Amino acid sequence: MALEPDVSKTIFHDYHVAAGGKMVPFAGYLMPVQYREGIMQEHLHCRDRVGLFDVSHMGQVIVKGEGAAAALEKLMPVDLQSLANNQQTYATLTNEQGGVLDDLIITRWTDDTFFLVVNAGCKEHDIAHMRKHLPNFEITYLADRGLLALQGMQAKDVMAELVPEANRLVFMNGGHASIDGIEVYITRSGYTGEDGFEISVDPADALALADILLAFESVNWIGLGARDSLRLEAGLCLYGHDMDQQTSPVEAGIVWSISKSRRVGGVNEGGFLGADVILEQIARGVSKKRVGFLVDGRAPVREGAEIINDVGAVVGVVTSGGFGPTLQAPIAMGYVPTELSTIGTRLNALVRGKPRPITVTKMPLVPQRYFRG
Amino acid sequence: MSKAVYTQDHEWVLIEDDVATIGVTEFAQEQLGDVVFVELPELGAELSAGDEAAVVESVKAAGEINSPLNGIVLAVNEALIQSPDLLNSAPQTDGWMFKLSLTDGLDVSKFMSSDEYQQFLVSND
Repeated sequence: MALEPDVSKTIFHDYHVAAGGKMVPFAGYLMPVQYREGIMQEHLHCRDRVGLFDVSHMGQVIVKGEGAAAALEKLMPVDLQSLANNQQTYATLTNEQGGVLDDLIITRWTDDTFFLVVNAGCKEHDIAHMRKHLPNFEITYLADRGLLALQGMQAKDVMAELVPEANRLVFMNGGHASIDGIEVYITRSGYTGEDGFEISVDPADALALADILLAFESVNWIGLGARDSLRLEAGLCLYGHDMDQQTSPVEAGIVWSISKSRRVGGVNEGGFLGADVILEQIARGVSKKRVGFLVDGRAPVREGAEIINDVGAVVGVVTSGGFGPTLQAPIAMGYVPTELSTIGTRLNALVRGKPRPITVTKMPLVPQRYFRG
Repeated sequence: MSKAVYTQDHEWVLIEDDVATIGVTEFAQEQLGDVVFVELPELGAELSAGDEAAVVESVKAAGEINSPLNGIVLAVNEALIQSPDLLNSAPQTDGWMFKLSLTDGLDVSKFMSSDEYQQFLVSND
């Protein structure tokens, strides 16, 4: 099979193939959508035991320079100046129209050094955007660095044997550590809704680290398919699907990600791209909102399905949908007019031309189990 | 399944008298992944070869199953409604999908034998 010349492989590629990974192009990388067990078993394995995800396709970027916190705050509506060292936060990169260029996790490494993990499909654009707006800062893209996510109820048991101090981290905190002599940066974070860790590792040590983790009986590789169903059950947005340049963080239902200090009346009010639009939306409300749906029956309602009201008019669209292996039911998220966004609202989604009843439901659909100490 | 014949769409067809039983192959179920929902044709529906007869939804994606023959739907496998995973665990036996009463003579030349189908899989790998 001839590969597109612009398809890259992560450092773990051969491991995925050896584990039976079905490799598919994703955001410019050849990635495993599933392994031998299949999406359903992989999903359940991650919830109950430990899932190992290769997320090395994501962009690991360092932004460094005096005053980096204040400078980065111009691009994202979060409070970086009061972030402690080794603390991290979820943030959106906004545009002038109040839309979202990407969502990311940003960690303060030192007073003037920040470590960002951005989406694979957005990373080149994100880096260009930051270089344009922050010309006096050193912006380093760690192209080859490995990133592994160790997620699931028993992830902490793995850490207890390898780096016990990692279990003292609470959700959204990190630190430098050594695993069998391998220097890594570990954060207590992830995108599955489970307790877990993300481990950033030098490419020279990446395979040895994977060997150490995979030696645990509880640890299995998990592919993109289950990663998607896990985050969907956890109510988490997938950039480019549930949120994009045309939707604001307010419409996407992630106002919680906008720090109080950056809102109207805050000590560091506004001052980020699109602030006028976003702050106005927080004050006056928005006309459409992202909500979660439970779907009647067993047929999944997938991305792109139109949502209709009781007289059959199209009022919204599904932006993510599938079958939730933990819930054993089809679930979805999408946008509806604010007046139809109340929990319990009954609507229909069109699947192959037929209306399928759906109910607006509180997210997350599966409770998040982050470790908050 | 020694008597079954196969299509390029990875369906199997077992013909007994004027009744054809239709399902998907082991290869197809592997490609589909975990099946969570199956929509079967209406009893009595008259299908032409190539018509959409059923829909299979897996965790990954939706797949359409087209009728390989002209016929009238005589029976559907109700067990698949309650246990769609039968399509993964026993695609060529308990996971059969529907039966057609054939409305015209059967031309088996457009189907493959088991051996031919295995070769077809290898050549398309």
